[in-house]
Amino acid sequence: MTLFIEQCLNGLQFGLLLFLLAAGLTLVFGIMDLVNLAHGSLYMIGAYFAATFAAWTGSFVLGAILAFFATLLVGMAVEVIAMRRLYGRDHLDHVLGTFGLILFFDEAVRLIWGPDGMSLPLPSWLNTAATIAPGFSYSAYKLAIIAVTLAVAGGLYLLVMRTRIGMLIRAGASNREMVGALGVNIKLLYTLVFGLGAALAGLAGLMQAPILTVQIGMGENILILAFVITVIGGIGSIRGSFIAALFVGFVDTLGRSFFPDILRAVLSPAAAATLAPALSSMLIYLLMAIVLIVKPEGLFSAGGR
Amino acid sequence: MSALLQVDKLAKRFGGIVATDDLVFEVAEGELHAIIGPNGAGKTTLIAQLSGQLPADSGSIRFAGADVTRLPAWRRSHLGLARSFQITSLFLDLTVLDNVALAVQAHAGHSFHFWRDARAEAGLRRNARAALDEVGLSNRADARASLLSHGEHRLLELAMALAGKPRLLLLDEPMAGLGPDESARMVEMLGRLKRRYTILLVEHDMEAVFALADRITVLVYGRVIASGAPDVIRADAQVREAYLGEDEHV
Amino acid sequence: MTLSIRNLATVALFAALLLLPLYVQATGDRFLLTLFTRIVILALAAVSLNLILGFGGMMSFGHAAYLGIGGYAVGMLAHEGIVSGLIQWPVALAASALFALVIGALSLRTRGVYFIMITLAFAQMAYYVIAGIARYGGDDGLTIYKRSQFGALNLSNKVVFYYVCLALLMATVYLVWRLVNSRFGMVIRGARSNETRMRAIGFPTYRYKLVCFVIAGTLGGLAGALLANHNEFISPATMYWTRSGDLIVMVVLGGMGSAAGPVFGAVALLVLEEVLSGITEYWQIILGPLLLLIVLFARGGIDGLLAAARWPQGKKAPA
Repeated sequence: MTLFIEQCLNGLQFGLLLFLLAAGLTLVFGIMDLVNLAHGSLYMIGAYFAATFAAWTGSFVLGAILAFFATLLVGMAVEVIAMRRLYGRDHLDHVLGTFGLILFFDEAVRLIWGPDGMSLPLPSWLNTAATIAPGFSYSAYKLAIIAVTLAVAGGLYLLVMRTRIGMLIRAGASNREMVGALGVNIKLLYTLVFGLGAALAGLAGLMQAPILTVQIGMGENILILAFVITVIGGIGSIRGSFIAALFVGFVDTLGRSFFPDILRAVLSPAAAATLAPALSSMLIYLLMAIVLIVKPEGLFSAGGR
Repeated sequence: MSALLQVDKLAKRFGGIVATDDLVFEVAEGELHAIIGPNGAGKTTLIAQLSGQLPADSGSIRFAGADVTRLPAWRRSHLGLARSFQITSLFLDLTVLDNVALAVQAHAGHSFHFWRDARAEAGLRRNARAALDEVGLSNRADARASLLSHGEHRLLELAMALAGKPRLLLLDEPMAGLGPDESARMVEMLGRLKRRYTILLVEHDMEAVFALADRITVLVYGRVIASGAPDVIRADAQVREAYLGEDEHV
Repeated sequence: MTLSIRNLATVALFAALLLLPLYVQATGDRFLLTLFTRIVILALAAVSLNLILGFGGMMSFGHAAYLGIGGYAVGMLAHEGIVSGLIQWPVALAASALFALVIGALSLRTRGVYFIMITLAFAQMAYYVIAGIARYGGDDGLTIYKRSQFGALNLSNKVVFYYVCLALLMATVYLVWRLVNSRFGMVIRGARSNETRMRAIGFPTYRYKLVCFVIAGTLGGLAGALLANHNEFISPATMYWTRSGDLIVMVVLGGMGSAAGPVFGAVALLVLEEVLSGITEYWQIILGPLLLLIVLFARGGIDGLLAAARWPQGKKAPA
């Protein structure tokens, strides 16, 4: 039972992390109609920045904060230099252009940090198990991740729903020209939105770094999941991304933990051992396929995109 | 004359906006039936539901005796329903002849032919040229569609609707954006098509409507407020108030 | 065929490819043969992708999956002791067709960005599934000890194999050329140009697009079978989603407007990679922004440039 609860918490943590990544992707697509394949690169850069700054300053938290803002700046720079030339063009152009950016970033990271990857060690006060219930303890760091991501999600909700900028974002999502006609500095708005998306991706990257990895190409792996979430949740819908991300986080984590057991109960041990890893990884995609059959526009589609 | 098209209690909403409000009307076989109404009356929405681009929320559409309400657009086309678009909707990267040939091809058996050059099919090309002759675009057959003038685009729109040899033509503002000379030519052409096809014509050009229509239906906010012969409509007080107004002297 | 610069260039390209082994014989540069065999195989994959991407307007980001499926069909059968090409290759084609049918049926219900993401996701799913099967090497891949056996035709002979690949490439280009000018091709092109109008005039576009998708996937599987034979090795990395990106780059770089365009793209990209990696090991830093520049300024690709080219006297040759 404790294993189940632990995996549920893992699923929650993973899902929330995925939400940070997917939120940026869907925000940029919803507002600027831009398909950004290089979103994963920003995730990677956040992790690398955090590892470097933490090593320089000696503080994990300080390193994380610096990395967050550094990724925000990189995001805004990328928007100004490259992205804004792609607005309004065919999606194929976006795909190719941002694919080119992936190549560039992967190689730039290799040039600057070397091919070996880095590590981001946790400070001792986070690297412990916290007792959250009698007899049940869970990684303090993962709890911290859950707390931080929920706070960010809440902040995002407040930003989009309750502030003037948020209103502009929502208005821009429905009608770009109109917002421009209202005298709002659309260029600046887009730069900020893109930067925000980048910072969220970077935050996700740096938070998972102590648990998983800091290496070249880490962005490409996780980007797929962000896409799956965006498809399931509906493009342009942050609420949809949140729910879909949690869904995917749970299905993937619980699936990988318990699906092999289910298989073993049904199939021979040899067959189960062969098929388990393959089928477990398929679960999310099956989920996506089912959603597609039932509701091709995604569960919470923001508009007719 | 029997009713070729029967619309019964057709309804469509977009969020809070009622675009089609329990609409009831008919088009008799062989007639030219015009639909007029102020902007926002839901005319294009109606055409879209009739031809199948937009599913109705409720109500029914019967064409040639069959219930087509849930049929996809391509099937309605095969039953004999053709549509032209208010905003020109062509294959701009193909030639004029290719555009019309495609419309012919759709009704000339299936297209799972993978080897033979479609442009070498004499039957398709002949019927396509005939449709172009009908609208007077033969001299532009080999031009890329994107290079045509707006007036020529409107003619091509019409040619493509005709190419499938339909029973009912749904024409959505064929004269949109045309100058006086081009409009006059379009009116003359529609006059020639009149007896050979049943036509449902959505138009803003009142001179054209009153010159061509056998019957006129007036739409306001998705509802029919009047329907009948042109003289009756012209005299109807409600219609004058809602639409024709004081400046249109017809 | 008219004497346009574009047609001339295409003929010249294929002539050069046909004569390559003679050049290799003369100079002894065996590496060139290996490189160009790979180029020809990937060109085949790119030509098949162009059928749905360029002509069909279907932005599939999962085409590398067919390289993997075709390759693993050969690899898995070889591993189980079935080395006859007459069994392996049809299985490769059938498996690819089946995958394309299922993925296409689901994906074509969507469009635009969704379609891109979904094809990407399903292809990646195939990657994870295959990487999870330990019996066939998992992540490490599978060595193929014997090339596909075709009786008298000895694929282990590098020159013979090169010509087999080239013949298949040229056949594929011809097939695609006939396809896009046939009734079927006109439907696909019309659906790309204006799908709403296609349905309005009476075409059930979904089924045509699905068939097109399956044809493209099957040809991709053929390329996969060839690639596995060429490398004598197959690994999941072949079908990682960024490899699909490489294929798209070849198609766009080469030009989506003609059946042979992607061949130019494959040659250009892979030769460029070779040249650049000779200069610096960080060559992708150049390639990345170069791609962006191509997208912004030379969208029609090489084929586009050739089609716009005029003979020196200023006389415009009929295209």
